[in-house]
Amino acid sequence: MAKLDSKAPTGPIKEQWTKHKNDIQLVNPANKRNIDIIVIGTGLAGGSAAASLAEMGYNVKAFAYQDSPRRAHSIAAQGGINASKNYQNDGDSNYRLFYDTVKGGDYRSRESNVYRLAEVSGNIIDQCVAQGVPFARDYGGLLDNRSFGGVLVSRTFYAKGQTGQQLLLGAYSAMNRQIAKGKIQMYNRHEMLELVIVDGKARGIIARNLITGEIERHSAHAVVIGSGGYGNVFYLSTNAMGSNVTAAWRAHKKGAYFANPCYTQIHPTCIPRSGDHQSKLTLMSESLRNDGRIWVPKSMEDVEAIRSGKKKPIDLSEEERDYYLERRYPAFGNLVPRDVASRAAKERCDAGYGVNATGEAVFLDFKSAIQRYGKEKALVDGVHNPSPEKIIEFGAGVIKDKYGNLFQMYNKIVDTDPYTTPMMIYPAVHYTMGGLWVDYNLMTTIPGCYCIGEANFSDHGANRLGASALMQGLADGYFVLPYTIGDYLADEIRTGVIPTDSPAFDEAEKSVKDRLEKLMSINGSRSVDTFHKELGKYMWNLAGMARNEAGLKEAMVNIKKLREEFWQDVRIPGDLNSMNTELEKATRVADMLELGELFAKDALERRESCGGHFREESVEQDGPQKGEALRDDVNFKFVSAWEYKGEPGDAVLHKEELEFKDIELKTRSYK
Amino acid sequence: MSEKRDMDLTLKIWRQKDAKSAGKLETFQVKNISPDSSFLEMMDVLNEDLVAQNQEPVAFDHDCREGICGTCSLHIQGEAHGPDRAVTTCQLHMRKFKHGETIHIEPWRAKAFPVIKDLIVDRSAFDRIQQAGGFVSIPTSGNTQDANAIPIPKDDADTAFDSATCIGCGACVASCKNASAMLFVAAKVSQFALLPQGKVEAKRRVLHMVKQMDEEGFGNCTNTGACEVECPKEISLENIARMNREYLNASIK
Amino acid sequence: MTSLARKFVMALSGLFLITFITIHLLINSFSLGLWWDGEQLFNQGSHFMATNPLIQIMQYILAAGFIIHIALGIILTLKNKAARPTKYAVNKPSANSTMSSRSMIVTGLLVMAFIFLHMKDFFIKLKFGDPLPHVNYTHEGVVESLQNDFSLLDLFANPLYVAIYVLAFIALGIHLNHGFQSAFQSLGAADKKITPTIKMAGKAFSIFIAVGFSAIAIFHYINSLG
Repeated sequence: MAKLDSKAPTGPIKEQWTKHKNDIQLVNPANKRNIDIIVIGTGLAGGSAAASLAEMGYNVKAFAYQDSPRRAHSIAAQGGINASKNYQNDGDSNYRLFYDTVKGGDYRSRESNVYRLAEVSGNIIDQCVAQGVPFARDYGGLLDNRSFGGVLVSRTFYAKGQTGQQLLLGAYSAMNRQIAKGKIQMYNRHEMLELVIVDGKARGIIARNLITGEIERHSAHAVVIGSGGYGNVFYLSTNAMGSNVTAAWRAHKKGAYFANPCYTQIHPTCIPRSGDHQSKLTLMSESLRNDGRIWVPKSMEDVEAIRSGKKKPIDLSEEERDYYLERRYPAFGNLVPRDVASRAAKERCDAGYGVNATGEAVFLDFKSAIQRYGKEKALVDGVHNPSPEKIIEFGAGVIKDKYGNLFQMYNKIVDTDPYTTPMMIYPAVHYTMGGLWVDYNLMTTIPGCYCIGEANFSDHGANRLGASALMQGLADGYFVLPYTIGDYLADEIRTGVIPTDSPAFDEAEKSVKDRLEKLMSINGSRSVDTFHKELGKYMWNLAGMARNEAGLKEAMVNIKKLREEFWQDVRIPGDLNSMNTELEKATRVADMLELGELFAKDALERRESCGGHFREESVEQDGPQKGEALRDDVNFKFVSAWEYKGEPGDAVLHKEELEFKDIELKTRSYK
Repeated sequence: MSEKRDMDLTLKIWRQKDAKSAGKLETFQVKNISPDSSFLEMMDVLNEDLVAQNQEPVAFDHDCREGICGTCSLHIQGEAHGPDRAVTTCQLHMRKFKHGETIHIEPWRAKAFPVIKDLIVDRSAFDRIQQAGGFVSIPTSGNTQDANAIPIPKDDADTAFDSATCIGCGACVASCKNASAMLFVAAKVSQFALLPQGKVEAKRRVLHMVKQMDEEGFGNCTNTGACEVECPKEISLENIARMNREYLNASIK
Repeated sequence: MTSLARKFVMALSGLFLITFITIHLLINSFSLGLWWDGEQLFNQGSHFMATNPLIQIMQYILAAGFIIHIALGIILTLKNKAARPTKYAVNKPSANSTMSSRSMIVTGLLVMAFIFLHMKDFFIKLKFGDPLPHVNYTHEGVVESLQNDFSLLDLFANPLYVAIYVLAFIALGIHLNHGFQSAFQSLGAADKKITPTIKMAGKAFSIFIAVGFSAIAIFHYINSLG
């Protein structure tokens, strides 16, 4: 069992990245023309990597299951992107961004990677502005910043509530420039179904053309996976319907270790489920918690009256409401981090206080904010003794300026007016911090197979701070991978074109065809979605926000059983050799049914509570933190990297011990 | 939250095996549709029913289901993205329809958007237009000047942002009686024309993008304004006027 | 020619024709003899139009304007039809656009048909045959004499002709209602501030043209009833 070598540079953390860049090998520009790179996924990470690699001179083949690179789910990110520019002169620095990210991740990330992330964060903003990304600006014409996720500085750059969209379109435009030059060959509506390993190195992929059903072979000197996260293992999440783990999982089955699969971020402010028909959950930006107060009724009678429609939430007086976050966490109140807010909502709903028909919703109330802003606006405008109606009108106007598009979106989905009736929210799966294990060069444990963005186990440890996912995706793609991949490819300049008629390709293609034919031949009784929904229920109930040993063991058993049933009873109508949307779903769900079990196994193994991951057996027993998550730095200060051994349940654990030289480990307290 | 009861609906949906085959409208029934479900969730119910009957589900494009990826693209009851305003198909909710209603669902119709299957069309023409010039030609080295080196008036930045919110769904083409892509192209041309970073290549960009737009077989704009009305992101016709100015300017000088 | 170039030519030729129609209405209005020295001006105007060398050149330019505008309109329509080979089974354009904007080719062709009629009745005779039209009014506003056998006023005494005339100008009004503001949009003279004003002006202008020409014809018809 080889020890995991993170290849993290030595020396002072501030000089590591510069030193590393100076030390690694380079590929001469003339030779880059002879080297092919495959990039899977065209989101912020994949898109920026493809553009940068092509820019440097490599021949890039990029793959997306969507009909255009612009549709990758990075587009849905709302809030913003962090960078330690210190434009606001509030004392920000690379070190502070590094520190906040490591602390926010509950001390489960690799210091050197996170420092590098902070170091290149400023470049991202420069790059994006130069590309024509229309960030928000102030009246002086300079870039505006907002504060996010409870940190002490304003370092978040944003473009209204559509920052992800604007950044992705920036990367997409950079890609387009290279596609036009022929440096990127774009394969839309193609899905990678297998990684091809030749002589121990990643040398290509087997992909399915989703329009014709054709199975294609593509070779390259290196394969970069930037296919995003696997939140859809929960069925309901804020991910896109097509988001999946297949590319990463296929690499895992070919030898790439899968790290921290159980690290999932559950976002506290999403629109609740309205019924069984629901296919996905919609996020409401975290920024709403700056002005909204979260509550449920104090008494069960009121809960029932609200559910049955006899009472409206606005009928309840202040005394009849339980502002549970303010009660439990007086210091941070409604602005506790995402993981804490989510768990507290679940605790109330589990206790029976959920306020909608499904019992899974709490109120997010803007009444106080409307009053406060209304009075302030009246004073500013010189309106003395304003009427209560006038105050509400003023206040609602201020709220509209800040969150208008979110309120409109809520209204379209739920059909109630959040200006007059409190919003209902509930936590939902949003992001996965786990993913393929990578070293400092972003290479997985398979030589020549790289992993970037949300797909790798990344820089966020056990919990991600707001506005840092966009930062990581673009950092990996624009500024890290394009350098580090050269270190590997420098030895490939004499390799020549990788042939696709080798036995390795034959075998990989056959395995894909066999798998697809098997799926089509089952002709059972259940649709793919019923399996996916059932998997999601096990994941949410047994491996979700709060977990315990018995539940996780149960989850592993149930998921394994479900997987066996899937391979005996799934029904996929249509053809193998043409567009078949059910077959596409089936290949993805088949892999999620394996990942789900590993997820539960990882959660079972990690007998501590940390970050977004709450283990019921690991809670503070005494003192002011009684009942809160208890992290165990003595036994679990490591990255769990799982090696595939034939069955997800048989995976073997490898530990990368984490060292904290520049940051002192502390307990997070929000009381 | 609606008090309305569940609905039974008749659906008339375009079915077409592949690009080469002829297609036709087929009739389906769905029952017990919650008014709180989205239009695509109603389609999910239909497809589950079809799978249960061992029939092939209706293929339709969709992904993020929160109105930002631009994938979903249904022509519903004679309108792109259906009868609501400022929404994509995935944000359209069934409370906009009545129990017993017959709903016609068709793919986007344009020569430049050939049908791939059922309700899915090929919008790669949009990508090719962007490839013709929808970018700023700067390397991705990060070694550009500082982000705050060039102040940009807030109004220009905000207007550029409004143009940049285009999601590339194609509703403009679908609803234009001429199947013109002007609003889509104009949004990108405008975004860059308004920013100093984009001005350097402005002339080349507009000429190349318009040329590519024409080559793709889109129709000619006749200023009916249907695109602006049906655009889920409410991209303004002003963008087209701006592109016309840019083009005129680029052609004369 | 790119699609945008076609737009510009369409807009420019349209604006040119708008100028022409405005002058035409002005000259026609003199035939009423209601203001200034109407009959005098009308007669002088006719004379001027028929003899002035500049106008003789302008006539060809005007004809070219018409031909370009009409030919491009037909080409555009054919191209635009080809851009959507398969029609929607159910389409609801009324939800997103005005009838006037969608029926440009129909109103345009109606106006064109009328122009042919108009050419036959007025222009050809004027140009290649008879002496200039010349009207005289009594002080009560009743026509006293005409100095040519081609008669403007005979035509307007025919109720069918007047009906066709009025219908043609209603079609032109609808055409202009979209065409006027559309020309500005095509030339890039449009934004949130000025567009509403241009649209209002276009509406007013199209009503002015349609009502103006129609009213003159009806005036002469009523006059003819004696």
